[in-house]
Amino acid sequence: MLNIIWPAFIVISIIYAFLSGNIENVSNGLFDSAKSAVELTITFFGTICLWNGIIEIVKRTTLIDTLSKALKPVIRFLFPEIKNNKKANEEISMNMVSNLLGLGNAATPIGLKAMETMQKENPKKDTLTNSMAMFILINTASIQLIPTNVIAIRSSLGSKEPSSIILGVWVATITAAVVGITAAKILMKRF
Amino acid sequence: MNVVNFLSASAIPIIILIIITYGIKEKQKVFDIFLEGAKDGLKIVISLFPTLLGIFLAIGMLRTSGVLDFVIKIISPVTNFLKIPSEILPLAFLRPISGSSSMGVAIDIMQKYGVDSVIGKTASTIMGSTETTFYTIAIYTAAVKIKKIRFVLVAALLADLAGIIASVIICQILS
Repeated sequence: MLNIIWPAFIVISIIYAFLSGNIENVSNGLFDSAKSAVELTITFFGTICLWNGIIEIVKRTTLIDTLSKALKPVIRFLFPEIKNNKKANEEISMNMVSNLLGLGNAATPIGLKAMETMQKENPKKDTLTNSMAMFILINTASIQLIPTNVIAIRSSLGSKEPSSIILGVWVATITAAVVGITAAKILMKRF
Repeated sequence: MNVVNFLSASAIPIIILIIITYGIKEKQKVFDIFLEGAKDGLKIVISLFPTLLGIFLAIGMLRTSGVLDFVIKIISPVTNFLKIPSEILPLAFLRPISGSSSMGVAIDIMQKYGVDSVIGKTASTIMGSTETTFYTIAIYTAAVKIKKIRFVLVAALLADLAGIIASVIICQILS
């Protein structure tokens, strides 16, 4: 997709710049873009590495198990069909906890395993079951306790209150999840 | 609003405190583990750089050439009607398609309009509350060779739209 969008942006920009007489701006801007990509990456080394270090501690303690247990009722509600499949339950809860903590890199491998486990009980191998569909939906909804990456980037950019977005993120993410889950519960009966 | 600020400001220190306390209680080598995690962070940052460079280049050109202003002007009647700031639109379109690219666009928005401005906060909130929908659906279905995804894309895009609108509204209320 980006292999179409990216060159299109550049070609359109250059042609438009010639027509509107902005070509000098574009030329100067090229090097500003490169410079700000470098500057930003340098500040990311500090902020993103910091969060990764903290989250790594969570992964090694029983905090992650405690959180999995707390999720049980939620999983019952979202995935009623797999309540007897212990392995799928465990993998789904680990995936959700990883997502909650903003551990995208950990969430995906466990999530793919959960998909495989659910696929074993799938009677139509080329079609998603309700549980699998709901599971993918949960993963696209990005329910996070702390949006660590965004906060890290905000402080890199010199924000006076980098974490002030947390409350807003909670509201927005819950709204998105509720809409997605409701839509799925309605649509899964018809499609 | 003071309560909101206080809660937001203390959330991170409290969470760090809980995490570290757990680590100590379970007799983990907390510092060594921290270092390991931070080392993984290096890889993330290094792999992010090329995308950041590419996106800054393309979006920068859209901006300096005047294309972006032109497009924003054309669609502003629609966005004004929906009360979505038109500056956010490039982000809203790119968000479901590519994670690192939309991060690049969000950063560009924060730099241009101010990281603590309403627009900057809205961009941050959108990034924190939505996911790269197309990519996620693609890897999760491809991994088990599923071809019929039924209603998933529709429901996921509805959720994204709801998340974006909620981000816009909550940022306007909180500021």
